[in-house]
Amino acid sequence: MNSVFVYCEIEDGIVADVSLELLTKGKKLATQIGGKLEAIAIGSGLDKIGAIVYPYGVDVLHVADDKRLFPFTTVPHAKIVAELFKAEKPEIALFGATSIGRDLAPRVASTLQCGLTADCTSLEIGDHVEPKDKKEYKGLLYQIRPAFGGNIIATIVNPETRPQMATVREGVMKKEILDEKYKGVQKNIDIAGILVDVDFAVKVIERHIEKSKVNIKGAAIVVCGGYGVGSKENFKFLYELAEVLGGEVGGSRAAVDAGYCEHERQIGQTGVTVRPKLYIACGISGAVQHTAGMAESSMVISINTDPKAPINTIADYTITGEINEVIPKMIKYYKKNSK
Amino acid sequence: MKGYKIIVLAKQVPDTRNVGKDAMKADGTVNRAVLPAIFNPEDLNALEQALSIKDRNPGSTITVVTMGPSRAADVIREAMFRGADDGVLISDRAFAGSDTLATSYTISLALKKLMPFDIVICGRQAIDGDTAQVGPQVAEKLGIAQVTYAEDVIAVTDTDVQIKRRLERGIEIVSAPKPVLITVHSSAPDCRVRNTKLTMKYKHAKTASELQASNEDYESIQKARPYLLINEWSVANLDAEPMKLGLNGSPTKVKAIQNVVLTAKDTVALTSSDGDIDTLMLELIDNHTIG
Repeated sequence: MNSVFVYCEIEDGIVADVSLELLTKGKKLATQIGGKLEAIAIGSGLDKIGAIVYPYGVDVLHVADDKRLFPFTTVPHAKIVAELFKAEKPEIALFGATSIGRDLAPRVASTLQCGLTADCTSLEIGDHVEPKDKKEYKGLLYQIRPAFGGNIIATIVNPETRPQMATVREGVMKKEILDEKYKGVQKNIDIAGILVDVDFAVKVIERHIEKSKVNIKGAAIVVCGGYGVGSKENFKFLYELAEVLGGEVGGSRAAVDAGYCEHERQIGQTGVTVRPKLYIACGISGAVQHTAGMAESSMVISINTDPKAPINTIADYTITGEINEVIPKMIKYYKKNSK
Repeated sequence: MKGYKIIVLAKQVPDTRNVGKDAMKADGTVNRAVLPAIFNPEDLNALEQALSIKDRNPGSTITVVTMGPSRAADVIREAMFRGADDGVLISDRAFAGSDTLATSYTISLALKKLMPFDIVICGRQAIDGDTAQVGPQVAEKLGIAQVTYAEDVIAVTDTDVQIKRRLERGIEIVSAPKPVLITVHSSAPDCRVRNTKLTMKYKHAKTASELQASNEDYESIQKARPYLLINEWSVANLDAEPMKLGLNGSPTKVKAIQNVVLTAKDTVALTSSDGDIDTLMLELIDNHTIG
């Protein structure tokens, strides 16, 4: 079976964006290897999931619907997924690089003795020759990810083990409906044959789901500060500029670690990936773990005291100067020039 | 009062967080020599959780387990300076090239030798790989429950552990039966600093191979004070299937490594002068980037 399986994260009957992004990518990969796209939905009250996922080109939807399967706990979901993979033998299996996917996928990979690559930024199909024994492999999944703090990009393959498993962060792949009228078939999983009571030993006592306050992912304009902003106080210039331009404020990992801005604003390999129309980098040197999260911005302006800052090489405009001088001028001349 | 047996998994990692210009060599490869080896940050968060459990439950013990080369014993000493009781260094050339699956297999074998324990606790992920896989995979190999993304171990009883988790959009409180493996998120409290008395006490704690390499006579010191010997386990000490170790036991293979070079494109260089910024803002408005 040449299938590509995608584990779908579901909350209140809504399929997470990251899962829909993976279905979109999964369909392309399935087409390339001449196989089907299959989705996995595990939870409670999943009647309408088919209608949501089929338009992304899902051929088969595997459903395990039981009150005890929501909210997510590791062992029941991991056992169901592992048993499904043993029976269906997928070529490729994709999970979101979220607190669910990164909890679940390694457990499944360990059960199946499979290779798993975390936080991929690109997935491609290609051939491979193992250097050791010159054995040739056709149509492997290239799992491409930053490593070593983002200073290198590694292409990982799993020549022998199946499925080839990978996690991908939200916002890395594009979400795109294939065909509104696309119809797949639903297969129900008999969990009674898989799970026993002790599998539910971990209990969720309490959950506060807080919608994230900031939405830097969806912002058309992002004003992002790095360690070079210098202080939490100086970050107020960034907030002012973002407000005037109708954008959001982000921070590099160094700025977040230094306490200049909240963790939820972090942009880069370990934070959010953004693709705004305009990205204004303030006091950001441009370490690759940061640029991995913003390199697809349509336009980049870099404000830095160091004209040789690495980020300047990917910027469309560089302004050499201090944040507290440049930003007020930008606000002033924006107001002057806008109608 | 009866305490709990806690195992902390820690990793020595190159400090990849604030990589400067000199971190890349002229040929484009990473210059590991200039990156200091540090205690993986989230493992320090995990150590603090363990120390806090020990504070609240007198009689508890903390054993630090690390896998790596000889110098990785540094993280065991560092943990001892802050309140850990002892440690095990898992070290052997046979482990070289381990991916997360082979690593978790090796660590799980060491943990089997340390059974019974109440809690295994480690950082969510290490900054050199950022995979977050080893914790869950060790739990699977031991067949025990796992709780990831922990921010606070709220309470430990004889049968259960209550844990607060930090998720993308909120928090979750779970109870898990013991033994349990917990991975700790960076939002958890920072680790306490070194304790002066403990630092003096464990300053000369060494592994057997460090003793061999040393010219000084630590052996007699260690005989008098056995707590100064850091356990060191090689493949001979673990009941391992050789095909599951190191490169052989690693299903993921690195096909290619590309050193990241920022791509150059045409850049307009401006100064902070009024004229330059006036022109820029006008241009951005005219081409509908802003406004």
